[in-house]
Amino acid sequence: MNPFTYSSATAVEDAVRDNASHEGAAYIGGGTNLLDLMKENVARPTHLVGLNKLPLTSIEPTPEGGLRLGALATNADTAWNEEVKRRYPLLNQAILAGASPQLRNMATNGGNLLQRTRCYYFYDTATPCNKREPGSGCGAIGGFNRIHAILGASEQCIATHPSDMCIALAALAATVRVSGPRGERTIPFEDFHRLPGTTPERDNNLEPGELITGLDLPAKGFEKNFSYLKLRDRNSYAFALVSVAAALELDGDTIKDARLALGGVAHKPWRDQEAENLLKGQPATPETFARAAAKVVESAVGQGSNNFKIELARRAIVRALKQAAEGSQHASDVFLNSNP
Amino acid sequence: MSTTNYIGKPTSRVDGPAKVTGAATYAAEFQVPNLAYGWVVSSAIAKGRITKVHSEEVLAIPGVLEVFSHENVPSLAWFDRNYKDDVAPGGSPFRPLHEDKIQFNQQPIALVVAETLELARYASSVLRIDYEEEKHETDIEAKRDEGFEPGNGKSGWMPPPPPRGNPDKAWEEAEHRLEHEYVHGAQHHNPMEMFGATVEWRGDKKLTVYDKTQGVVNVQNYLTKIFGLSKDDCRVINHYMGGGFGSGLRPQYSVFLAVLASLELKRSVRVTLTRQQMFSFGHRPHTLQYVKLGTNPDGTLAALQHHALHETSQFEEYTENVVNWSGMLYQCENVKLGYQLAKLDVFTPQDMRAPGAATGSFALEVAMDEMAAAAGIDPIDFRIRNYAEEDQNAGKPFSSKRLRDCYHQGAAKFGWDQRNPQPRSMRKGNRLVGYGMAGGVWDATQKKAAAKATLTADGQLLVSSATADIGTGTYTIMTQIAAETLGLPLEAVTFKLGDTDMPEAPVQGGSWTAASVGSAVKSVCEAIGEKLLKLAQKMEGSPLKGASPDEVEFVNGQIRLRQDPDNAVVIRDVLQASGETKLETDSSATPNMLKQGTHSMHSHNAVFVEVEVDEEFGTVHVTRVLNAVAAGRILNPKTARSQVLGSIVWGISMALMEETIMDHQFGRYMNHNYSEYHIPVQADIHDIEVLFVEEEDDVVNPLGVKGVGEIGLLGVAAAITNAVYHATGKRVRDLPIYLDKLL
Repeated sequence: MNPFTYSSATAVEDAVRDNASHEGAAYIGGGTNLLDLMKENVARPTHLVGLNKLPLTSIEPTPEGGLRLGALATNADTAWNEEVKRRYPLLNQAILAGASPQLRNMATNGGNLLQRTRCYYFYDTATPCNKREPGSGCGAIGGFNRIHAILGASEQCIATHPSDMCIALAALAATVRVSGPRGERTIPFEDFHRLPGTTPERDNNLEPGELITGLDLPAKGFEKNFSYLKLRDRNSYAFALVSVAAALELDGDTIKDARLALGGVAHKPWRDQEAENLLKGQPATPETFARAAAKVVESAVGQGSNNFKIELARRAIVRALKQAAEGSQHASDVFLNSNP
Repeated sequence: MSTTNYIGKPTSRVDGPAKVTGAATYAAEFQVPNLAYGWVVSSAIAKGRITKVHSEEVLAIPGVLEVFSHENVPSLAWFDRNYKDDVAPGGSPFRPLHEDKIQFNQQPIALVVAETLELARYASSVLRIDYEEEKHETDIEAKRDEGFEPGNGKSGWMPPPPPRGNPDKAWEEAEHRLEHEYVHGAQHHNPMEMFGATVEWRGDKKLTVYDKTQGVVNVQNYLTKIFGLSKDDCRVINHYMGGGFGSGLRPQYSVFLAVLASLELKRSVRVTLTRQQMFSFGHRPHTLQYVKLGTNPDGTLAALQHHALHETSQFEEYTENVVNWSGMLYQCENVKLGYQLAKLDVFTPQDMRAPGAATGSFALEVAMDEMAAAAGIDPIDFRIRNYAEEDQNAGKPFSSKRLRDCYHQGAAKFGWDQRNPQPRSMRKGNRLVGYGMAGGVWDATQKKAAAKATLTADGQLLVSSATADIGTGTYTIMTQIAAETLGLPLEAVTFKLGDTDMPEAPVQGGSWTAASVGSAVKSVCEAIGEKLLKLAQKMEGSPLKGASPDEVEFVNGQIRLRQDPDNAVVIRDVLQASGETKLETDSSATPNMLKQGTHSMHSHNAVFVEVEVDEEFGTVHVTRVLNAVAAGRILNPKTARSQVLGSIVWGISMALMEETIMDHQFGRYMNHNYSEYHIPVQADIHDIEVLFVEEEDDVVNPLGVKGVGEIGLLGVAAAITNAVYHATGKRVRDLPIYLDKLL
């Protein structure tokens, strides 16, 4: 860990200004990922702008009938929020499938979007990693890549995005609100995270110095028919090998609207609108679900140790859609073990 | 009625309050004045040479005191024997910072010492090291054909016995035959507490060393031999340990480096390792096993062959007993056991809970399950048909063996009769249900140990021994033994341990502490008792006059005649009447070789497991475990149960999660943290039951105890593997059973 200075901001504009005035500055919220990265010498900020005093912790209705999640509301407070539980139970389930209670109590919503990959090579400075050190190579390609991407990877990087919460946000088509040196703007969730391409060092499309201030959920929450299914190596405190956020709007047995997003398979939350289109207007049957699943994994490529993820993802999509159609999942106050 | 019978009674940990309130102080927590902090720099390559350590850049940072590396380490002991600790395997022990040679990845290659921990950490992160890399080999698959039989292994290792009968012919002619390979990868102990040492400089080369270790005496011997210190000037202390599991049997490089820096800088120094560095030393070795079984038409074993090959370092020949158990657990006239090592560019493996047996019992007990299925015999019935009434390896009777009762009592309590023998025949919704069982055997060992006891006039008893409590409950059971032997209330007894100023005891390992130190504590308390009796007999009008030690008992704070309990003397009155302020004595207990030499002494167990496996995803849930254990006398059912519970959780871990993954491109373990080296969390653990089968044994030691630190782990991974087969019809022979192996 390198020496750094610290300041604490009480207003968004001050935070942005403070950040811009320090070369190599970083924002810090809950610090649940950044501190680890600093201890491992993966992140070496020279200045930290503390955000926890910013007035961004509220969860409030939007004029459009949706819900605005403050960037500094904790993951725990968001999951337990009555409106989230009632209207967006998919988000409740996804958040509770991630990390541990202790981490969720510290981790913020904005920070959740910005957590870095858990690729072993990214964390170990003794190995090459194009994301950590552009141009140094990729240790995971040809190495141990059981947890790596099967969709949208590049020759430079096969890392995956680790969040559970973001998979639900992708399925719900949230909007990210940001503030930066050039003012405020909004980014559709789908456009927030990036595929690695030739610039794997960039996880997302934030401009330098931009700060996430909130997340807007649209009015439609798919509160009746949804499923968050997470497959992993142990029942808690493990990142997804494959996770699926499935949400359906049903008219009788016919699918009116559908959302499908996957975690653990790509450099970003992987929402597949083509697969969603294959579901819309179709009967909610195993055959329909299988067609959508086949579409998602159509372009999947294994790296060796992670080849199994392709079949696992296909099966998980079918199961998640089936659970969503049955309406068998509910928001939980206590995280009941819903692991398959 | 006696109120001072404690042995066999569930007793809460006497050290529990200190641990949960934070009063217990661990090695890296001791506050000493003028402390400097060392941070270890680890090699980024697996093999090669260090061509330059750019110390000068780091030394320029204000507050950095020194950079130790092979370039400036002073001349230390010359011979290998000085570096050999009490439990070192054969070969040349690793000498930290000794030379420019790099022999394994994450090898400690420098120590940066600074005024603060943060500064030492930062300085170490910018210390540039130049390497000359050489080609490494870390993959045992590449050394399959280069296995060799080890020479002299470490103490406790036995080469496999020579073949008996005609194992090849018997296998060829058997009714049912199988041959399979069974594999598990490297596993690291990962105790919660990281290794660390606080070395207090007391002036003039006098040190007090607070170290995380399972044996303070071993560390003292090691340090004094290397650094030329007298034992009086090198006191080693460890009162509490946040888990050991074998990782603390050998002195760790953290204590070597802290002592080196302290002696050179002439001030107190602390060195603690990081979680990543906890993957830089000993581990359960990656092991390839080959088992061949053949049975006769009546379901008895016709032939049994078991061969193991595991990794060791380039510099030491680590050995553990992997295959020997297979010649002992079942009756078979045609047996061939083989054991080989392969040298890789890794650090020397290290005993890890039930070393060798956890590995061997996995292969043997899965093979037995496979054979039972092939022969169409119930797995328990198959084991009972092949029950060993004597130890055929040694040609000796067992001192006691209630394994049959483990099978029967365990099966009854588990509900084994509910098992449909057909694989894939039981299910709950999306989940396939399976029952599996397996068992194991472990040594019951007693080693020489000593203890000291002091009884003061206020009736307080202090007993001490330089043993360790690695979380097993040593403090508690020794307090129970001492209190019962002298008939004192538990509250009047204090047991202390973990200090080289105390009478010598062996490292805590091998499940031998209860037997070894327990016998010493009993012996020293009996010696105090004899002194007390003599003083009591001198009291005016003593009702005990003329009584021999056999004729009295120590109960309820009194010495009384066995035949006439009303004739009693209060222990506190004895000392006060005598005018003595205290009675003090020490004593050691040694194994009775005459008695023990004619027997084979072992603990046994049988494990029953229920799993549920998602049919489409292959996710395995261990929903029920019952572990029936026959381990002699159980001193404290509460702490003993905790030992077995911990073993079961570890067995679940071994079966489903644990593996240190080596990237052979870099010769480096990649999942070296708690996030990616998976062990179970609460959500993975469901119903667990521990059943102690009553077992009397007057051969093993005066207490009749066999130890419970390791036996509980045996058979757990195999039972889970067998249950997964029963649930799914898929036989997995390489651990851990990741879901992808069942897709």
